[in-house]
Amino acid sequence: MAEKSDLPQGTLDLLILKIVALGPVHGYAIAQRLEQVSRGVVQVPQGSLYPALHRLENRGLLAADWEETESGREAKFYRLTRKGRTQLETEAASWQRLIEAVGLVLKLSGGGAE
Amino acid sequence: MNWWHRLLRRKKMEEHLEKELRFHLEQHTNELIAQGYSRDEARRQSRLSLGGPEQVKENCRDARGTRWLEDLLQDFRYAIRMLRKQPGFAGVALLTLALGSGATTVMFTVVNGVLLKPLPYPEPDRLVVVHGHTDTWNAAIYGEQNLTYPDFLDCRRSSRSLEMAGFVYSGGILGEPGVPEYVERREITPELFSVLGVPLLRGRPFLPEEDRPGRAPVVILSYSLWQRRFAGEPRTVGLPVVLDDKSYTVVGITPPGFQLDGEEGDVFTLLGQDTAAYLRNRRAHPVGVVARLRPGAKLSQASAELELIGQQLTAQYPDSNKGRSFVAMPLRPDVGDVRSTLWLLLGAVGLVLLIACVNVASLLLARAVSRDRELAMRVALGASRGRLVRQCLTESAVLGLSGGVLGVLVAAVGFRPFVQFWPGTLPRADEIQLDWRVLLFALTASLVSGLLFGLAPALRAPVGEVEQALRAGGRTLAGSSRRLHSGFVISEIALAVVLLVTAGMLGRTLLRLSSLNPGVNTRNVLVTRMALSPAALAHPDGIRAAWQDVLDRARRVPGVESIAAVDTFPMRQGENQLGYWNTPAVPPENQQPLALATSVTPDYLKVMGIPLLKGRFFDDHDRRGRDAVIVIDEVLAQQAFGTRECVGKRLWIPEMSGPNWSEGNDSLLVVGVVGHVRHWGLARDDQAPVRAQFYYPFAQVPDGALRRWSELMSIAVRTSIPPLNVVDSLRRELRGATGGATGDQALYQVRTLEQLASDSLARQRFLLLLFGIFAGLALALACIGIYGVLAYLTGQRVPEIGVRMALGANAREVIRLVLRQSLGMIFGGVAVGILAALAAGRLLMHTVDGMQSTELSTLIITIPVLVLAAMLASYGPARRASRIDPIRALRQD
Repeated sequence: MAEKSDLPQGTLDLLILKIVALGPVHGYAIAQRLEQVSRGVVQVPQGSLYPALHRLENRGLLAADWEETESGREAKFYRLTRKGRTQLETEAASWQRLIEAVGLVLKLSGGGAE
Repeated sequence: MNWWHRLLRRKKMEEHLEKELRFHLEQHTNELIAQGYSRDEARRQSRLSLGGPEQVKENCRDARGTRWLEDLLQDFRYAIRMLRKQPGFAGVALLTLALGSGATTVMFTVVNGVLLKPLPYPEPDRLVVVHGHTDTWNAAIYGEQNLTYPDFLDCRRSSRSLEMAGFVYSGGILGEPGVPEYVERREITPELFSVLGVPLLRGRPFLPEEDRPGRAPVVILSYSLWQRRFAGEPRTVGLPVVLDDKSYTVVGITPPGFQLDGEEGDVFTLLGQDTAAYLRNRRAHPVGVVARLRPGAKLSQASAELELIGQQLTAQYPDSNKGRSFVAMPLRPDVGDVRSTLWLLLGAVGLVLLIACVNVASLLLARAVSRDRELAMRVALGASRGRLVRQCLTESAVLGLSGGVLGVLVAAVGFRPFVQFWPGTLPRADEIQLDWRVLLFALTASLVSGLLFGLAPALRAPVGEVEQALRAGGRTLAGSSRRLHSGFVISEIALAVVLLVTAGMLGRTLLRLSSLNPGVNTRNVLVTRMALSPAALAHPDGIRAAWQDVLDRARRVPGVESIAAVDTFPMRQGENQLGYWNTPAVPPENQQPLALATSVTPDYLKVMGIPLLKGRFFDDHDRRGRDAVIVIDEVLAQQAFGTRECVGKRLWIPEMSGPNWSEGNDSLLVVGVVGHVRHWGLARDDQAPVRAQFYYPFAQVPDGALRRWSELMSIAVRTSIPPLNVVDSLRRELRGATGGATGDQALYQVRTLEQLASDSLARQRFLLLLFGIFAGLALALACIGIYGVLAYLTGQRVPEIGVRMALGANAREVIRLVLRQSLGMIFGGVAVGILAALAAGRLLMHTVDGMQSTELSTLIITIPVLVLAAMLASYGPARRASRIDPIRALRQD
């Protein structure tokens, strides 16, 4: 298994919003997808997933309904609200800017550090 | 979902959370099984990766954002459970709080109704009063200056920012229908009811065109007169009534409780229909003025406008209006000198409440110490300090609020007896009610007191030394807690000392005042106002004859020994203060010394039992046409002549000089000196600004002033039987026609002089009673507090005492050990309390008439009472400690 790194502060919300944006999904699926998509690089403690979901729901960024899964069981499906989508867009944009800025800085000081 | 939704559907949300997490676990487990794990292993792995389910749930609950409220509810339920589990503690605490907060709420209810509530008119903040202002007017003695009727008319006409109405106090005799009766009359201008914004109950207000001499006389009756005389008969409107022998048509009835300038009045008539000469005089100012700011107008505008009008009038009428201006001020209820007394009482009950709080705090603290283990356990299980403090505060808030609710109940039944008990009449008594202000006050007071007594126990919630606390098993007692306990006892005793010493001071003051010589013989004297029939008042000779007739007839009544007519008698508010000087070079008005002038008939000295010190009193020869004479009291003799002989000297009294008064002479001859009379009442006389007195014969009052004088006269009767027994026959004898004239005349405001003298101390007596009650309460509460704290402290020391006894200490030594501890606290409290009591005494001296500074003897009498009671309270715990069985005490470990 590759070495796993912890999530930077605040990024878990962004990742959750992005995954839920692809369509209604339940908590377990979110956890799985997080792991798959990040190819195991990002370690999401499952214990902090649910408080994060509840917090986002509480802030009105996510909405939830009880629906049946393909296997016929009832599960809590989360979907993005309009407010959540706006939030996702602004946060994604600012994340992008951050990455670019950090990348620029790293390139600048590239020779000296090695 | 809103937060209250989340709160209300808490149970459902819990189920959903549970279900969601279970779903997660099952999915994960199934997947792992599919990957080849055994069922048990799969379950274990999935649990591991999720983390502890309870912790996850707790974090989810935190994320919901209603956590604080849920905790609050939980704490609330827990608090109630705890209280119910300890009924003894809860009972004592609640009783203490109910007493403290009940007494405070009663006082606040009264303060609110009398002092804080706005006036009972619509938009009271738009109402103003208009006063006259001249440099020579001494408002401190005479009160604010009213307006002359011509000035009022000019102001009303010129003002654009004010809608003005005027009123004049007067009286009259209401004849038919029914028995003639003296009534309080207010002569008003037609706008009065619309300015105040008060609609009449029945009928209509006066019309502007009726407000002229010669128009059909109309009258508006007050609600209470209508009820009393006409039994609330609706057809009264339109009926004729006879007022001062003149027939008026009733056009309206005021709504119940309507008051003008703080008084109800009986009948209202039109000022413009009154043809009296003084109303046309630009020097006499009888008209009180209320006004309402017109829409959009400001008080500053109105003031500027009035000043301008004043200047115009000065230019127009330089003789009468020189230096006279007009000022507008916000209309405030006139509550006289009640204000300071009420605040004083509120302060005193505040102290009682404070003692109650301290008491409950020490009870709570004692309980908190024994709960150390429970709290330590909670800390060990992960509760934060903030959480524990919050829980403790919730508990005390529950106690405080329940106390507050009980307090409101106490106030709801308690304030009426209090108001009835008030000596004399409490201004605005009808407006005293439990309203939202009172409820808000009670709520705030109980929450604040809850915080106050909950803070100390809450802050000592253990955090650092969990392990120690758990291991100690609640038996050791930290030094800080003991200090806190002593602090409580000390402050309780200090507060009790303040109240006790204050009560003692009041008691001494009352004793001293009631032993004072009032200057008159108060036994068997009846005093009553007397209204002559209007017909008799028509002519000066008729007035003199009528009074002579009244005196002659009254003398015939069985039981009457002597009788005199007098304009103001002692112990009442009535007064007539005149400037005087002992040489002809009289200084300007506001630099003259003042003396009280009383006009009397010759027998006055005999009736009142005032001693004649020098010279003579008046006799029937002192009439108009003779030299104008006065008799002065010893205070005036001292002030005007010092030690020199004064009989035969003259005094210059500008108001009583001039061609009208002293018949060409510019001064008055002093013919005698009499003893000083405590005119202002037993308590107030020493501090009164004007104490000097002189008397002048009623027979020498000039013809022009006779009518006005007659309206003010009273009669004083010395009786050989209890004075109230002659009232009926006197009333019958004097009711009918006088001096040959016909018409109604009546006695009113019948009192005995003894009553008046006793009433003049009513305020002091009332305060003494209340402070006595408060002090008793404080003493009882402080004793309970000491008992509780000592019982608790000695309880904590059982093992120690056991060791001492095992080592040979006997019962007496143990008692001494405990008492020494309590004595330290008691004397600490007494020391602090005496300092505070001295400060309180100074405050009282400014508030209560006749009060003197705290005397040592007051302390010597009151302090031992407290120390003794406190020692008795500590004796119980001490005795119990002395009976400890050392074997058992040691085995407790």
